[in-house]
Amino acid sequence: MNLAAMPADPLARARCAGPDPAPAVALLSVRGVMVRFGGIVALDSVSFDVDPGDIVGLIGPNGAGKTTLFNCLSRLYQPHGGDILLDGASILKRPRHAIPTLGIGRTFQNVALFDRLSVAENVLVGGHSRSTSSFLGNALRLPSVRREEAALRDRAAEMMRFMEVESWADRPAGGLPFPIRKRIELARALMTRPRLLLLDEPAAGLNHEEVEVLKAQIRRVRDQLDVTVLLVEHHMNLVMSISDKVVAIDFGRKIAEGVPAEVQADPEVIRAYLGEG
Amino acid sequence: MPSQTNRRSLLLVGLVLAVALLLPAVAAEFRLFQAAQILIYAIAILGLNLLTGYNGQISLGHGAFFAMGAYATAMLVDHAGVPYWATIPVSALLCLAIGFLFGLPALRLEGHYLALATFALALAVPQLLKYKLFEPWTGGVQGIVIMKPEAPFGLPLNADQWLYYFTLAITLVLFLCAWNLLRGRTGRALMAIRDHQSAAETMGVNSALYKSLIFGISAMYTGIAGSLSAVIVQFVAPDSFTIMLSIFLLVGLVVGGIGSIPGAFLGAAFIMIVPNISADISKAATGAVYGAFLILLMYRLPDGLWGGLDRLRTAARARLAR
Ligand SMILES: Nc1ncnc2c1ncn2[C@@H]1O[C@H](COP(=O)(O)OP(=O)(O)O)[C@@H](O)[C@H]1O
Ligand SMILES: [Mg+2]
Repeated sequence: MNLAAMPADPLARARCAGPDPAPAVALLSVRGVMVRFGGIVALDSVSFDVDPGDIVGLIGPNGAGKTTLFNCLSRLYQPHGGDILLDGASILKRPRHAIPTLGIGRTFQNVALFDRLSVAENVLVGGHSRSTSSFLGNALRLPSVRREEAALRDRAAEMMRFMEVESWADRPAGGLPFPIRKRIELARALMTRPRLLLLDEPAAGLNHEEVEVLKAQIRRVRDQLDVTVLLVEHHMNLVMSISDKVVAIDFGRKIAEGVPAEVQADPEVIRAYLGEG
Repeated sequence: MPSQTNRRSLLLVGLVLAVALLLPAVAAEFRLFQAAQILIYAIAILGLNLLTGYNGQISLGHGAFFAMGAYATAMLVDHAGVPYWATIPVSALLCLAIGFLFGLPALRLEGHYLALATFALALAVPQLLKYKLFEPWTGGVQGIVIMKPEAPFGLPLNADQWLYYFTLAITLVLFLCAWNLLRGRTGRALMAIRDHQSAAETMGVNSALYKSLIFGISAMYTGIAGSLSAVIVQFVAPDSFTIMLSIFLLVGLVVGGIGSIPGAFLGAAFIMIVPNISADISKAATGAVYGAFLILLMYRLPDGLWGGLDRLRTAARARLAR
């Protein structure tokens, strides 16, 4: 509701939405994004920035529109209004399959693995956007294809070790336990060499220890692989402890944005969460 | 462990290859002809497998591409005097192009609707081949008869032996290419689309391009099989390419094993041999006996003959290890 007083122009809104005036150009800039499903307004002029090197938490009750926003960022949904900028350039004219090349990688809330492929192959598919060999080149198994394949396999092995799933490498991904599947998905996303990684509820279904492991992994992704992270999560302890900034949305509107302590204390945020429970 | 499995597979491939190469020394001409036919069906089934088994697009109409390849060869040989071997790349390119173009609108069709569209194609092609206006080229209901090619370069082979080797060589090349295609970047992308299309796209796979390309390649494989069939049978007619051909290819695919490369040979052998056995068992109820074979097989080996063999091998090894 506190957005009602703001100017209608999404650009102006985005400018006054941030906690402090951004010094350089943001890595990701979400500007007045609107999404409707029939009568439901899933996203209502949502604006925020993600600065390079940050871990940004995106919170909100179920149905708030978090996954819908991710689907806009990976071009699975076309917003009805607003714009999404990466390094200051709109991604909304780019096809879906160009998004990982631009540097946006993601995981899915429901875990979207290729169930009949092995774990290693799943991770290797993550390297698709970072490789170029053609149908003909593959059919003839040209030397360049062999070299590219060897490099991909090396990197996939590295990513599987990073996410500690290498012992399942040759097993089909379908049927593995849920927490393992989530780690495979993260390894696959890292294989795309993202600059911005979108994680949709990575802690859902994990026990306390697994959440701690995940927390360390996300930190390592940011610190060692130099990846900016946008994290959708219900697990408040996790979000509040690792985020540099938190954005809260409810019924498709941004209700708060700021450092974790600020957002946690925000009356609108408290009301949204109490209203749900 | 994987290297040991690889060595075993290599040994198996070498063994089968040796048998295939030596076959003309021992087999009668008619048997060689049948063996060549099995190879040809294996190519067609592999083509269908690339599309259905590895990319998840269903086709009930691959007989149409088989027919196109066969007629392209027969017409080029008969009307233009093109040597039979030179017609094969022409058929290949033709079916690649037609398959690709068919694959484009098929992108918007899912599951059952795609099956219906391909079914319609398979129904239409024999009708078109019979169509009066095209008769000067297609030979109408009579079809086209072409000459039986002799072995070239003075090779000491009779015509059947030569055609068998010719077919075998093309089969080997096509299977090798398919295996290469499937074990690398392109194959993973195709299977990723099959398992979860939007996740594949999020990984950067251009699914529209991949789906129509594999439609084209699949049609190309089946078209080459059709071409070879025209060469070894030396005869094409609309009634050889009815909807039943499409159904048999699908049967061969399922029986051999969906998503298995060597399974294509087993599926091909099944659709070649089992109808004859069924006819031997009962002249009156061949179809019923065939159907019974199929049901029994699906019941006993739900993952096809290759899957069944694979499990048998694993079980045997486990027993030996004890
Ligand atoms: N594909 C869709 N079709 C129709 N409604 C949808 C679709 N995706 C999301 N929604 C609706 O949009 C709203 C936001 O959903 P979602 O983004 O999944 O929420 P969150 O991820 O925050 O829990 C919900 O009301 C949901 O029902
Ligand atoms: Mg969600």
